[in-house]
Amino acid sequence: MPFIPHTADDVQAMLAAIGVPEIASLFDEIPASLRWTRVEGVPPGLPEMAINRLMRERAAKDAADLCFLGAGAYEHHIPAAVWEIATRGEFYSAYTPYQAEASQGTLQLIYEYQSMMTALMAMDISNASLYDGASALAEAVLMALRANRHNDAQRVWMPAAVHPHYRETVRTIVEGQGIELVEVPYDPATGVTLAASLDALPDAAALVVPQPNFFGRLEDIDALTDAARARGALVIALVNPLAMAILKPPGQWGDAAGGGADIACGEGQPLGVPLAGGGPYYGFLCCRREHVRQMPGRIVGRTVDRDGRAGFTLTLQPREQHIRRAKATSNICTNQGLMVTASTIHMALLGAEGLARVALTSHARAHALATQLAALPGVMLRFGGPFFHEFVLVLPRPVAPVLDALAGAGILGGFDLSGTYPELGHALLVCATETRTPADLARYAAALEQILVA
Amino acid sequence: MSQIPADLKYVSTHEWLRSTADGSLEVGITDHAQDALGDLVFVELPEVGREVTAGEACAVVESVKAASDIYAPVAGRIVAVNPVLIDQPEQVNQDCYGSGWLFRLVPASSAELTALLDAQAYRDLLNQGA
Amino acid sequence: MEPSRNTPSPPLIFEQGAPGRRAYAQAPAATAQWDDLPLHLRRAEPPCLPEVSELQVVRHYTRLSQRNFSIDTQFYPLGSCTMKYNPRACNTLAMLPGFLNRHPLAPAAGGQGFLACLHELQEILQAVTGMQAVSLTPMAGAQGELAGMAMIRAYHRARGDHARTEVLVPDAAHGTNPATAVMCGYTVREIPTDRSGDVDLAALKAALGPQTAAIMLTNPSTLGVFERRITEIAGLVHEAGGLLYYDGANLNAILGQVRPGDMGFDVVHMNLHKTFATPHGGGGPGSGAVGVGERLQPFLPIPYVLREGETYRWAERADCPETIGRLSAFMGNAGVLLRAYVYARLLGAEGMARVGAYATLSANYLLARLTALGYEPAYPGRRASHEFTLSLKELTTRTGITALDVAKRLLDHDFHAPTVYFPQLVPECLLIEPTETESKQDLDRFVAAMASIRDEAVQAPERLREAPHHLPVRRLDEVRAAREPDLRWQRPHATPTDNLA
Repeated sequence: MPFIPHTADDVQAMLAAIGVPEIASLFDEIPASLRWTRVEGVPPGLPEMAINRLMRERAAKDAADLCFLGAGAYEHHIPAAVWEIATRGEFYSAYTPYQAEASQGTLQLIYEYQSMMTALMAMDISNASLYDGASALAEAVLMALRANRHNDAQRVWMPAAVHPHYRETVRTIVEGQGIELVEVPYDPATGVTLAASLDALPDAAALVVPQPNFFGRLEDIDALTDAARARGALVIALVNPLAMAILKPPGQWGDAAGGGADIACGEGQPLGVPLAGGGPYYGFLCCRREHVRQMPGRIVGRTVDRDGRAGFTLTLQPREQHIRRAKATSNICTNQGLMVTASTIHMALLGAEGLARVALTSHARAHALATQLAALPGVMLRFGGPFFHEFVLVLPRPVAPVLDALAGAGILGGFDLSGTYPELGHALLVCATETRTPADLARYAAALEQILVA
Repeated sequence: MSQIPADLKYVSTHEWLRSTADGSLEVGITDHAQDALGDLVFVELPEVGREVTAGEACAVVESVKAASDIYAPVAGRIVAVNPVLIDQPEQVNQDCYGSGWLFRLVPASSAELTALLDAQAYRDLLNQGA
Repeated sequence: MEPSRNTPSPPLIFEQGAPGRRAYAQAPAATAQWDDLPLHLRRAEPPCLPEVSELQVVRHYTRLSQRNFSIDTQFYPLGSCTMKYNPRACNTLAMLPGFLNRHPLAPAAGGQGFLACLHELQEILQAVTGMQAVSLTPMAGAQGELAGMAMIRAYHRARGDHARTEVLVPDAAHGTNPATAVMCGYTVREIPTDRSGDVDLAALKAALGPQTAAIMLTNPSTLGVFERRITEIAGLVHEAGGLLYYDGANLNAILGQVRPGDMGFDVVHMNLHKTFATPHGGGGPGSGAVGVGERLQPFLPIPYVLREGETYRWAERADCPETIGRLSAFMGNAGVLLRAYVYARLLGAEGMARVGAYATLSANYLLARLTALGYEPAYPGRRASHEFTLSLKELTTRTGITALDVAKRLLDHDFHAPTVYFPQLVPECLLIEPTETESKQDLDRFVAAMASIRDEAVQAPERLREAPHHLPVRRLDEVRAAREPDLRWQRPHATPTDNLA
């Protein structure tokens, strides 16, 4: 019996101790009409050798294309040590660290993670992580509405230059509470959100500021932060954490007197988490000290034990659902502990300089690629101005067949924007990270040229 | 046995009230309540100026493993909160009838005040529960 | 003599660094320029991150791992959490390069192997819950609940029934249930539990009405007993126009034995990190797939996998215009789903039936043995499901020893503690769930530890009150942690030592 250690003798001894003749007797409180006599619709069990073969065949079917797709999930080098250690049984198969004395490893690691993430974001507080970037943004929106005591508008300014999947996720999660998401348009010439565009909009409790935005463009974060604050709105920074190794972190946005963004959140995947078909990733959430009581999710603190020695424990728990129930800050229970374990090891290995080099090399590769592709006949960069490691191209013909043809050449050419941003025409979002070599870039340019001239 | 000062009024949800010179009512939680909650680590106080109805949850006290709502004992307007508690929630444990007061409110009418418990009635209530 | 792992915490990784030290193999060469980035958008000073070598990192986190309990090293009789063995094959096979390197937005044509696994998992989960359709996208149990309640809301709204504003939740429910209902804009009404651990039917009848949107139930309940009148409850709720939500936290108890669909539930969420043995990872990732009956099928969250002939593809909005929408940027916790799929295939139909059977056998065995020692079941005379509740009220009254003391002392015996003080309506509660993967020897060792603790409560209560004694730390000052929050390390005197590029 797979994974069940009971021998026939064990079963007899256990039934005798209980005082019943057979296992079925243990289900005698369940109405007989409900009992399922035969498990249907599930294939018979396989030994490990057979499932091994099946999964290897299926994995081999999945294309190993050269990836220029980003759009919220990015291929970066992950040191071998990261997942070797994260999948040690003591991390992999541990429970949530509620019993602090039996969980000091995970707790200290999360404290170190919180320290790294607050350093990267230049914020005061980090929680122990949320599910993913999109749901973290939804939690940030709910948190901002609770935290903004001076502005009770049940409304949030949401730029159109935020990832469309993120906007949709936020809508799904906050809709039940009657919260309105007011779309802030992007400037069609430059692809960024203009502070002046808030003027035409009704007051809101918070503004979401993406950096970089979905088009890869860098927003004028200072102007947006100051404009939001002038209207009594809190600022929610939605950032790529890797980019923060070289870009101004949320805690320093805007007029120095303002103290930066109120909340910073985003997708932690670029820091040591593989693409893996979409997850598991993790969402990070940081805030200024004064908002900590409104923060959802687990938080670890350092304290002392009875002998006065340093130790770590979950803290500020009365915010959470297992205590506050219907009055909790969120229904969220879990964090993404294993992903945070990997990411903490990743950040420790790379350090500030390593992360900055990865970010700068990605930036340089994306620039080199943009230059090569924009030189092809009929291909143009859609927006002027600085970008991080992703950019929008306009092609001389519909994008979908071009992407199909590129896939035929073993290249994932990018994300087709014509479905979500039809106003941009035949627009394609392209990404290059530090993992793309100059030869990779040349291969893409050559393939695209060949397809376009055909 | 918990302390129940004779000069205060009480409500069954374990808040006490004291009449102050300016006509407002000072509100806190009783010795019995602070003892049951254990070491407080955080107190959330209402906004000054807020109008509350009798029995409305308007503050929260937190211990390590629990959070409890504090109810307005009578209807009125919040006119002051105890600023000391922001940094020193332990004042509620140490001196719940003095430096650990929570907020002051101006009652909407004096009619409700007659319905409050006196010290003996509150003591009886605790004894019934015990 | 008891073994001790009582050793001082290793210094923080930050404290092990030295300016200029690097893990040189890991970063690209420093040649890139960033002149095109405007100065006001750049970072002025590098973030304060550790400056350590690769060996230091490997050693530090390996040592930290050794300061954890885990299923791979200890028995976790943790009620409501189903801490069963996480088969290693599930991890190895989910981490095959073809799966690991797959971009979430890559075309379906290049991911047929991956999509086939997910589609088959949808079908397996559909079969074992007795539902019409499954979406795998929710990323944890609580998000599955959110998806379920959002679907219920969408259903009532689509029928123009706007009067249904209230959700009924038993007082023994998980905290996520009321928290989720509130997130979906509902008010919550608690339904009491009767003396035998079942829902108080009279109270339920009184609470039902045209305002009832749904009832959220766990069955078997968090009290470790099966709700015997579930068919009657389902009839009452449906008659009142409400729907039934099944919290799948305790699905392990009935896997292969009873199906939520047959009990009358309209929507279920499953915790794949419990019932389907995916890892808890020190607090996630979870996975909270949802299954629905016919009425809620149009509202399922996207994305889910469709099969057309021999080809698989993602369902899009055009396929399901009434969907509640997305819950994550991409495909939930896809890698966790692959692990659950491998587990389901390893077990097969026969294996699934055994899960519920043996989990129940082990729980009833422990209940019988512990009752014989003098521990008191909270609901005497009831069968245990896959877990059961003990109340230590009598022990506490007699000796002053609390459920927390017993839990902490078990750690010294090298067992993870059971769930304590939940459900809150059982005084001095221990909620114990052994799972089907623990051997009788290990269960017997646990009984012996519980016997020794019971003796100690009388003979050496101080020793118990001070427990644990042999762990990396002793009981922690949680009051200090909350009053003076120390939530991150900061460099004592911040001086930038790095230069970018």
